[in-house]
Amino acid sequence: MDAVRITEKLNILADAAKYDVSCASSGSKRKNENKGLGNASNGICHSYTEDGRCVSLLKILLTNHCIFDCAYCVSRKSNDIKRAGFTVQEVVDLTINFYRRNYIEGLFLSSGIFKDADFTMERLVRVAKKLRTEHNFNGYIHLKSIPGTSDELMREAGLYADRLSINLEMPTEEGLKLLAPDKNRQDMIQPMRYLKQEIIQNTEEKKLFKKAPIFAPAGQSTQMIVGATNESDQQVLNSANYFYQNFNLKRVYYSGYVPVLMDKRLPGLNTAVPMVRENRLYQADWLMRFYGFRVNEIVNETQPLLDLDIDPKLSWAIRNMQTFPIDINKAALQLILRVPGIGVLSAQKIVSARKFRKLTWENLKALGVAINRAKYFITCNSNIFEKRDLVGTSIKQFILAESQSKYLKNAQQQLSLF
Amino acid sequence: MTTLIYDGTFEGLLTAVFEIYERKLIHVKMLKGEWRSSALFEDVIKVITDQTKSRRVLKGLKERLSTEGVQRVYVAHLSEIDNCEQTLIGYIRHAFDSDRNIEEDYGNKFVLKLSEIVQMVRRERHRMEAFVRFQKLSDGTFYATVDPDFNVLPLLIKHFKDRYADQKWIIYDLKRKYGIYYDLNTVEYMEIDFSRSNQGGKASIHCEDKGIYQHLWKNYFNSVNIPARKNMKLHLRHIPHRYWKHLTEKI
Repeated sequence: MDAVRITEKLNILADAAKYDVSCASSGSKRKNENKGLGNASNGICHSYTEDGRCVSLLKILLTNHCIFDCAYCVSRKSNDIKRAGFTVQEVVDLTINFYRRNYIEGLFLSSGIFKDADFTMERLVRVAKKLRTEHNFNGYIHLKSIPGTSDELMREAGLYADRLSINLEMPTEEGLKLLAPDKNRQDMIQPMRYLKQEIIQNTEEKKLFKKAPIFAPAGQSTQMIVGATNESDQQVLNSANYFYQNFNLKRVYYSGYVPVLMDKRLPGLNTAVPMVRENRLYQADWLMRFYGFRVNEIVNETQPLLDLDIDPKLSWAIRNMQTFPIDINKAALQLILRVPGIGVLSAQKIVSARKFRKLTWENLKALGVAINRAKYFITCNSNIFEKRDLVGTSIKQFILAESQSKYLKNAQQQLSLF
Repeated sequence: MTTLIYDGTFEGLLTAVFEIYERKLIHVKMLKGEWRSSALFEDVIKVITDQTKSRRVLKGLKERLSTEGVQRVYVAHLSEIDNCEQTLIGYIRHAFDSDRNIEEDYGNKFVLKLSEIVQMVRRERHRMEAFVRFQKLSDGTFYATVDPDFNVLPLLIKHFKDRYADQKWIIYDLKRKYGIYYDLNTVEYMEIDFSRSNQGGKASIHCEDKGIYQHLWKNYFNSVNIPARKNMKLHLRHIPHRYWKHLTEKI
């Protein structure tokens, strides 16, 4: 093996792949039954980059040669950069040897489109097939589906991969037309729809025959870039919600646009990465998936943008003060989940613990509830509770005054009017 | 106040519980370690670990707790943190003295404390599943050293055995001076006497592929970083400094 050449290729093709944020390795249930190498179950982050992202998979492009010219992408045709390509065997060797040393959970393989969709996808599938059939590899494999891939190839991909994904790239169709004129949304949606049907069908077969082969057990996901065009949070979240509802997606990832290229259609090179907004979008996404919120409770016509100062749950609560205060010893789990300062785990613990005794502030604090936020919205087994009839905006003031946002480099001193 | 001295094993702890009920003790203090002169203590009982007694207590626990609940008591014991026994004894007594399952009684201080300890130990176990870095030795065995905060090696066996079924591996705890070794069939506990190993022994630590994959992994790790998003505070929260010395990409 030519160590120098491989190192150079790895540097180029890992660098080009890093803007794909997905690094999940969970949700699969592939077991090591053949006494081979590896398994895939709950997902492990083996390392973290200095920007705090999880490194769970060997995330690389097969090649960064690309015939497309998408404005936001470093690998676009018109960008003058070093190009490289791995052979199928090279990717297989890297994956196996990294995996054996416990560096990774598996492989995330994507590619520039170097001829047409099927030609590219066939190469990706070949890597996965070789790992599974020749090397008894049961670790996690995430393949990127190339827009416009035929159903037959998608089917083969699903037999070897744990997860498949197609990036929607832009939250709106207009945005996609503007920045990625070679792509169209229909080419992305068709493989997604095909996979959704196959996955449902496979689940049914699995119920009847235990031995039925598993098909993309970790489902599909997608990614949207935010901040490259002028879409609102409402458009972003509605789009995410649409794909969760209609395509049974496991995850939608939001990628704050990192300015890498000069282009008059894009924000300038010195624009900051919209990290706070990205964080708020993920919080909103969690509210939809784990907290029972509907998308239009978080963003709507009168509230199209997420509040950057406070999280979307607190934001919802202060707009809906008529719901509070709630009695922690009586309220339903669904309602407790809506209290700012109470997470899913604390909410479940509250519901368990209150069967044994009525809970006090001390109990709640010990259970992990953030009392400084929750105190405006709940009562418990105590005579002490917020008796003032506060309006939402003043609660926001109080909470902001007490907490130090991790995003505010210089804490702003605001005059308290109350 | 009665002081019970036990040998630090899980069976020893269960035997202590037996003694507490047998002798109808109310206020107890647990000490781990060797029996020294008794003159210092007014009221000291040396617990002699006894299979019959510990099994009886375990049987009683299984009747009052779920399988998961019993497992959690064992996991908390592996934490070895100071005064952990106080929580364990309190928890077990609460389980025996109550007429219903107390596992979710988080308003009780022992139940809450135990759940916190279990969470800490399981977090450490999870970190080890992530941060173990194998090197390939010249004989083909994959070797890793760790020094976890808690004694989690017993909790790692299943994970690594299931995953690396087709390679021999050793994970060695430098702090507690023992390791686990998989020989393609079973996992066994092992000890290595480093003081007696000569130069020849050390040579076998060298890996057969001259560290090419270590080198590639370090390169990969640097390539995936996005400098525009640098956030060292978050980075350190995920990988605290004390783990760096065993991580190929951070050395």
